[in-house]
Amino acid sequence: MSPSAWLQETVFWFFGTVLVLAALRVITAKHPVHAALFLVLCFFNTAVLWILSGAEFLGLVLVLIYVGAVLVLLLFVVMMLDVEVAKLREGFVRYAPLGVVIACLLVFELAYVFWAHALGFHALGHLPRVTATHNNTRALGTTLYRHDLYPFELAGMILLVGLIAAILLTLRRRPGIRSQNPAQQVRVRARDRIRLVSLPSGRRHSS
Amino acid sequence: MNSWLNGLLSWFLPHLAGIILVTVVVILSVAYLTYAERKIIGYMQSRLGPNRVGKWGLLQPFADVFKLLLKEIVLPERSSVILFVLAPILAIVPALATWAVIPFAPHVVLANLNAGLIYILALTSIGVYGIILAGWASNSKYALLGAMRSAAQIVSYEIAMGFALIGVVMAARTLNLEAIVRDQSGGIGHWFLIPLLPLFVVYFVSGVAETNRAPFDVAEGESELVAGFHVEYSGTTFAVFFLAEYANMILVSALASTLFLGGWSSPLAGTGIPLLAANGLAWLAAKIAVLLFVFLWLRATFPRYRYDQIMRLGWKVFIPVTLVWLGVESLMIVGRVGPWFRGGLR
Repeated sequence: MSPSAWLQETVFWFFGTVLVLAALRVITAKHPVHAALFLVLCFFNTAVLWILSGAEFLGLVLVLIYVGAVLVLLLFVVMMLDVEVAKLREGFVRYAPLGVVIACLLVFELAYVFWAHALGFHALGHLPRVTATHNNTRALGTTLYRHDLYPFELAGMILLVGLIAAILLTLRRRPGIRSQNPAQQVRVRARDRIRLVSLPSGRRHSS
Repeated sequence: MNSWLNGLLSWFLPHLAGIILVTVVVILSVAYLTYAERKIIGYMQSRLGPNRVGKWGLLQPFADVFKLLLKEIVLPERSSVILFVLAPILAIVPALATWAVIPFAPHVVLANLNAGLIYILALTSIGVYGIILAGWASNSKYALLGAMRSAAQIVSYEIAMGFALIGVVMAARTLNLEAIVRDQSGGIGHWFLIPLLPLFVVYFVSGVAETNRAPFDVAEGESELVAGFHVEYSGTTFAVFFLAEYANMILVSALASTLFLGGWSSPLAGTGIPLLAANGLAWLAAKIAVLLFVFLWLRATFPRYRYDQIMRLGWKVFIPVTLVWLGVESLMIVGRVGPWFRGGLR
């Protein structure tokens, strides 16, 4: 095995192991803030694995969007809430059946992937090997903006509508709130506010 | 086995040497940036600045560093110790790791990534975790408030910053930083600064806001928050936060130079003047130095912004400005105006 291939393999196993352990800690961590931070670690390791399999653009965008934006906002909320852990645990038994169903589904899907691989469907569960000169960014750009432009734009429009709707739902107009208008504040000149009066000096006040 | 190990080492060691070299240079630059800051602001305010340790006070940064390293690290009661220590590390790592994709001279770059610009955006967006965690793990209300302010500010200005970078990508038609610099080489007339001037201003001011520097330093507003997110930090942990802030300043300056001011390319290239027309690291360093001076100049000149006005500037001024200018730029590209059609590059 060549040195760089050995390194690749080592990096894969290292980050893969950390990823699985961190994912376990996300659901077992006592404090929600710790859980959110383990989720950050998860995303980060996933990004490394994606970059390792040649999808550098996707891996970096995963870090940028999920780690840099989504989880920061999540962390914000979790920190402010001061969640009571005991109360969260209360519903465990009630929701356990649903959890078991979902877990079974996931296990089945995973098993199906491996099973299909064993039957010879190599498109599934097979890491694509790309050459060093492969430009992942260009490939994605061509797909999104040339081959699938309309679905892509449509998805963007739907997200935009959802965003505007969410903002409208939280928008409250409260009457009687005063706020500054910075443009007006900047336009104010000294003579609008201050009047200089010249008083005759040297006269003593009679008290 | 032995030759295999040799292969691994000969592949690994040059990279490691490069990384260590860049890190050491950045840390030394931070040390002397603090000295420059105190001297320059001193002269701007008719003072002398540090002048006791070494000739002209030149050894002052080392005195400061050793003082900080020898001080006790105080861990606040009922704080989350692991996160408390992890926070400064999370602040410094992105500030150092981003240097991997910055081209220092023609063909001199640690990692010539195709998606270099996305790498920069991704890493700089991680820096906010150091601040949030510091605020939360300290178990102190001042720290938490400072962290909240700072994080909201960073997340807001990141949007404007990203939009400004989209302008650069549109002009250069690549995310590779080496190619972006190459696209601007050949004299000052080819710099993206000229067609993208509004985006450069937005980028640089957002950079000042992202590094929590004056006049956007409400996160550590002494008058109301004592020192903001790092109020509970002392000794080495504080030193690391300090290092991260200054390393980020240098980084923002380096990025602005690379993306808008032609990076290592000489502004006089093509004129044939012997030494000045040559490309190289010296030009990049000079551009970084000028922008760093602007950072210090801003701090000495402006009073602190009010918090709501910082938010207003980010959301209601910068984002619309960048959106409008991206439209203008698209029209320029479609109408074949401006220095984007150099030919022979791709």
